[in-house]
Amino acid sequence: MAKNIAVIGDSESIKGFAAIGLDIFPSDETEDIPKLVRKLSDSERYAVIYLTEEVYEMAEKERARCAEKLTPALIPIPGVKGNMQTGRQRLSSFVEKAVGSDIIFNN
Amino acid sequence: MAVMNVNPTRMQLSKLKKQLTTAIRGHKMLKDKRDELMRQFLDLVRETKELREQVERELENCNAHFVNASAVMSKQSLDGSLLSPKQQISVEISSKNVMSVEIPQFETSARTSDSGDIFPYGFAFTSFELDDAVSSLDSLLPNLIKLAQYEKSCELMSAEIEKTRRRVNSLEHVMIPRYQETIKYISMKLEENDRSSRTRLMKVKDMLLDKAHGYSAG
Repeated sequence: MAKNIAVIGDSESIKGFAAIGLDIFPSDETEDIPKLVRKLSDSERYAVIYLTEEVYEMAEKERARCAEKLTPALIPIPGVKGNMQTGRQRLSSFVEKAVGSDIIFNN
Repeated sequence: MAVMNVNPTRMQLSKLKKQLTTAIRGHKMLKDKRDELMRQFLDLVRETKELREQVERELENCNAHFVNASAVMSKQSLDGSLLSPKQQISVEISSKNVMSVEIPQFETSARTSDSGDIFPYGFAFTSFELDDAVSSLDSLLPNLIKLAQYEKSCELMSAEIEKTRRRVNSLEHVMIPRYQETIKYISMKLEENDRSSRTRLMKVKDMLLDKAHGYSAG
């Protein structure tokens, strides 16, 4: 089944994605973010939802709901404000979960 | 380790012995599964890490282009140029089975085949910085999607490894010792019963001989 790709984040960081064919959802009001993430991940229309790191941090519950499912994949990307290393921490948490201790990122 | 609450009978003993062999076989297989999953997971994580670093670097580059573009263009005209896209990316999802873990495979296709359709604006009134920004973002897209696929796979695999590890540990440290203890307990109990009935018989024999002939054997 064909699905689309969504990007959620502050409008400055994500507006470029609209041009290359991704659906963008600017979320400049912080309190609506978890609701928005939930709506998009439940809608089954999106295979991948990219979140800027700020949004990613705010939508913890929604992330947990999608963790076991094949789609959507919620992926953090750095926004214009700079890299907060969220993606790296996320990967390292996977390693920790699987191995018991982080053996890839500890250097 | 606690002995299970079972009746010490031969029936139970043979049942438990069967269960123990199954448990040992299951343990071995799960252990193999865990090891193989772990090997594939670590390879994937290393690859994902490289890819993420690359994507983040390139994304930073794209953002720099956008900042430059917004510096030379007004916000209205920048938004106006970008927010009516011609292109639409759709993703075909299939899944691949790796050691019983379903991991996604994303296949992208664009609505229009013309690569120029990533520019939803005329070039007359926009800055060249914006063109750079959009085209660099477009060239980043395949990697971005690959990253999503890899990271989702890592997520699913790490959950499965954790589950399998728990199973292996519970079999190894709880179930199997418990079966072994219970089997030992039942066989000891049966031997004990055997001995006690044997002594009882000998005693009875003694008493009967004494009564009949007035002597005792042994």
